[in-house]
Amino acid sequence: MAQLVECREVSKQYTRGKETLDVLSGINLSIEKGDFLALMGPSGSGKTTLLNLIGGLDHPSSGDIINGGANLNDLSGRALAKWRSENIGFVFQFYNLLPVLTAQRNVELPLLLTRLSRTQRQKNAATALEIVGLTDRARHRPGELSGGQQQRVAIARALVADPELLVCDEPTGDLDRDTADQILNLLELLNRDHGKTIIIVTHDPKAADHAKHVLYMDKGELLATTT
Amino acid sequence: MKLFGIVWANLFRKRTRTVLTLLSLAVAFLLFVLLRAIAGSFTQGVSLAGTDRLNVSPKYSITDDLPLSQKQQILAVDGVEAVTQQNWFGGQYQNPQNFFAKYPVEPGEYFEMYDEYVIEPAVLAAFAGKRTATVVDASLVEKYGWRVGDIIPIEADIWPKSDGSRGWEFELVGTFRQGDNPLPLMLFQYQYFTESVADNRRDRVGWWTVRLSDADRAEQVAIAIDKLYENSLNPTRTTTEDEFSRQFASQLGDIGFITTIIMSAVFFTIVLLTGNTMTQALRERIPELAVLKTLGFTDITVSLLVLTESVLLCIVGGVMGVLLSTVAVAAVGPVLQGFLGSFSITLPTVLLALAMALLLGLVVGSVPAISAKRLTIVDALRER
Ligand SMILES: Nc1ncnc2c1ncn2[C@@H]1O[C@H](COP(=O)(O)OP(=O)(O)OP(=O)(O)O)[C@@H](O)[C@H]1O
Ligand SMILES: [Mg+2]
Repeated sequence: MAQLVECREVSKQYTRGKETLDVLSGINLSIEKGDFLALMGPSGSGKTTLLNLIGGLDHPSSGDIINGGANLNDLSGRALAKWRSENIGFVFQFYNLLPVLTAQRNVELPLLLTRLSRTQRQKNAATALEIVGLTDRARHRPGELSGGQQQRVAIARALVADPELLVCDEPTGDLDRDTADQILNLLELLNRDHGKTIIIVTHDPKAADHAKHVLYMDKGELLATTT
Repeated sequence: MKLFGIVWANLFRKRTRTVLTLLSLAVAFLLFVLLRAIAGSFTQGVSLAGTDRLNVSPKYSITDDLPLSQKQQILAVDGVEAVTQQNWFGGQYQNPQNFFAKYPVEPGEYFEMYDEYVIEPAVLAAFAGKRTATVVDASLVEKYGWRVGDIIPIEADIWPKSDGSRGWEFELVGTFRQGDNPLPLMLFQYQYFTESVADNRRDRVGWWTVRLSDADRAEQVAIAIDKLYENSLNPTRTTTEDEFSRQFASQLGDIGFITTIIMSAVFFTIVLLTGNTMTQALRERIPELAVLKTLGFTDITVSLLVLTESVLLCIVGGVMGVLLSTVAVAAVGPVLQGFLGSFSITLPTVLLALAMALLLGLVVGSVPAISAKRLTIVDALRER
C-alpha cells in the first residue's frame, strides 16, 4: 500500500532555562495509507510530541516529516493551518468541544473554513453525526452529553472535512471501559469501512486489539513494532 | 459572516456576567448621553447672547422710556460703533393667548446691529420701503399661517394711536431667521410708530442697543454712557450683554469640566470592568481557541474572533445606553424643559456615543486579542 507519512531522523528538543531536554531523538517511521497504528509507552516518553509533529501542530527541531506528499518543514503559519484543515482530523482526550455550540454546530466548525454552502455544511455535519451514531443528539450542547457522546461528537468533527489521517491523543483516556470500547470500535470501523488512516496514542492495552500495528516508545525513541 | 454566530454564542456563555457587564456599559452610556444633552442645552442659550453689544435702558424702571435725542449723543461716545432703538409695544393679535413680542425698529439699523439674523435683501428693502410694513420671525408665519401681503391687525394696549383708536394694521412683507433658538418676534417701522402715537409720546425709545468697536472696552463705554445722563431727566443703566454671558460661560466651563471628570471616572471604571470580563473570558477559553487553531483557523482569525466579541459587547452596551437615554429624555425632558430650554439628544451625541463604544471595545479587546494571536497550540493544549 502507498505510504502516507514518513518521519526521517526527527528530533525535538525543548529548552527550559539553561537545560535542554531531548524529547524525541532520531525517529524514523513510515505509516501506510489505511493503517491503524497504536502508539504506546510510559508517560513523558514523547508520544504526544510525535503526534503533534505528524499532525503539523509543531515543527521538529531537526529532521523531516513528509505527510500526504508535503514536507511539513516547508509549511508554516497560514499555509500550515490550511494544510491541517484539509488533511488531518484531531481527536483529544478532553474532547475540546465549544460549550456554547450545539453538537451539530461543533461538527460544522471545520467546514466554516471551506467554500461549502450553508446547506451543504449542514448536510455534511449531519452525515458525520450519523456515522458516529449521534443523529438524535445534534441539537444538544456538550454540557448535555456524556463523556462518550462528547468524544463521538469530537470524532465527527475530525471526520467532517474528510481528511486522510486521524490523529487521536488518548481518545479513551477519560472514559470508562465500556465507553472506551465503543470509541475504539468506532475508530476501527472508520479505518475499515471508510478507509481512514488512524494514529492513536493510548495507555490502554486493549487498544492494541483494534489496531493493525502497535509501536512502543520510551525516552523519545521508538522501540519495537508488533503486528 | 459565517463566524459571527460563534462570537454571538460566546458572548452569552456566562450569562450573568455578560448581563452585568452590559448593564454597567448601558448605564455609562446613558450618563454620557444625558450629560451631553444637559451641557448642550446650556450652550444653546449662550450662543444667542451677543458679546460685543451693550444694552442701555432707563435707570429705574423698564416701563420708563428714553428720548430719541440721546441717539446722536451715545453715538458720539468713544468706543461706540452703532446705536439703534427698540420699544416694547405690547398689544395683542386676536386674543391674549397669541403672545409674541412686537418691536418698532429702524429696519436698516436693526438688521445691521443683529447681523447674526438672516433676512433676504429684497425683504429688508420692502420692509424699509413701506411705512406700515412688518417682518416677523419665520416661526410665526408657520404658527399663524400668514402669507406675504396679509394685513396683521394688532390691538394696542400701551400705545393707542393719536386719535385714541387702538387698532393698528401692518402689512406682512416677509420673514427673517434668528438662528437656533428663535424668539417669536414681530418688527415694524419706528417711523410709522412714532408718527402715529399721541403728540406727547412721540420720539420716545424703550431701550438702546449699542455696538462696541472693541468688545474688550465694554466696561469703560458702559460707564461713559451712564455718566452722560447721570444728572439728566433720563438717567440710564447700561449693561453688557457680555457680562451676563461671561458669567454664564464660566458656569458652562464648570459644567463642561465636571462632565469631563465624571465621564473620565465612569469610563476608567468601565475599561477595568470590561477588560476584566474579557480577560476572564479569554482565560476560560484557551483550550478552545487552541482547538480552533488546530482545526485550521489562522492566528489572525482567532484573534479577530476575540476582538469582535469585545467590540460587540461594548456596542450592544452602548446601544442599550442610548436607547435608555431616549426613554429617559422622553420621560423627564418635558419637566426639565422649563429649566434648561430645549433638552434633547442630538445625532452627533448618538454617533459620538457609538464611536466611543467602538473605541472602548477595541481598547478593551486588544490585549486578549493579542494573547489569542500569540497562543501556540501545543502549549495551550498542554495546559489542561
Ligand atoms: N512545550 C514544552 N515545553 C517543555 N517541555 C515539554 C513541552 N512539551 C513536552 N515537554 C516535555 O517533553 C516530554 C514528553 O512529553 P509528551 O507530552 O510528548 O509525553 P507523552 O508521552 O505524551 O506523555 P503522557 O503519556 O503523559 O501524555 C515530557 O517530559 C514533557 O515534560
Ligand atoms: Mg501525551
